[in-house]
Amino acid sequence: MAKNISAFVFGLIFGLGLIIAQMTNPAKVLAFLDIAGTWDPSLALVMASALLTLGVLQRVFRPLSEPDQEQEQPACGNRKSGIDVQLIGGAAIFGIGWGLSGICPGPALVGLTTGLPGIYVFAGAMFVGFVLFNFLHRR
Amino acid sequence: MTEEITVLSALAGGAIIGLASALLLFTHNRVAGISGIAAGILPPWGADSGWRLWFLAGLIMSGLLYRLTGNAIPVQTDTPLILMAVAGLLVGYGSRLGGGCTSGHGVCGIAKLSVRSIVATLIFMTTAGLSVYLVRHVF
Repeated sequence: MAKNISAFVFGLIFGLGLIIAQMTNPAKVLAFLDIAGTWDPSLALVMASALLTLGVLQRVFRPLSEPDQEQEQPACGNRKSGIDVQLIGGAAIFGIGWGLSGICPGPALVGLTTGLPGIYVFAGAMFVGFVLFNFLHRR
Repeated sequence: MTEEITVLSALAGGAIIGLASALLLFTHNRVAGISGIAAGILPPWGADSGWRLWFLAGLIMSGLLYRLTGNAIPVQTDTPLILMAVAGLLVGYGSRLGGGCTSGHGVCGIAKLSVRSIVATLIFMTTAGLSVYLVRHVF
């Protein structure tokens, strides 16, 4: 139970980070991705700050063991090694969807509380995409 | 739409995202990859998958918590619903095929200097930028 409550709190903190960073605003994300327009580099700062924080914390408080790779779904590319067609193709496809909408999975879920139809359509389609992957690539 | 650079909120939000990722990694031994966590609530369920639901519940609740402070979450989008559906599908399928999204590859993976994550991030940033360019400046 303690694990579940802490997972809830970490999700809450993660979501607040996305909101404060304005990752939840598609217009802000698209302004970052639109280098040919009036480029807004803010999201590069979000990523740099997140990387620096996580990187420093990881080096100061080293985890007791490696992430549980047996049970974990390949969420972070840590189960496989090497560059393969799936990685390249998947990242390319993900990027096209992200660029079309300005939304990635975290902000799609946080955005559900805004009640905007577009966010619901996106999040629903995203789960269809998950199911499609399971159907095509797993048993 | 949004063109001003938001340095402080970007740095603060990014640091909070990094902190939440570190907490999940240290106490749960899990990687904060949102696409992996979200897809993990679909069957087949492993022995230990309940924490994912709690994490996602916290993520979604962050939107409500933020609004309790009296602030609105700005979500500006003019993407047509049909394009949202296509984008959501691509994001869902692509993130699973590529083994991660902006959080899993872009933050957690790069923080531990995973070559796969660095390559994936470069690829999805490129295709995202290209699709924004095509939508905004070509068509």
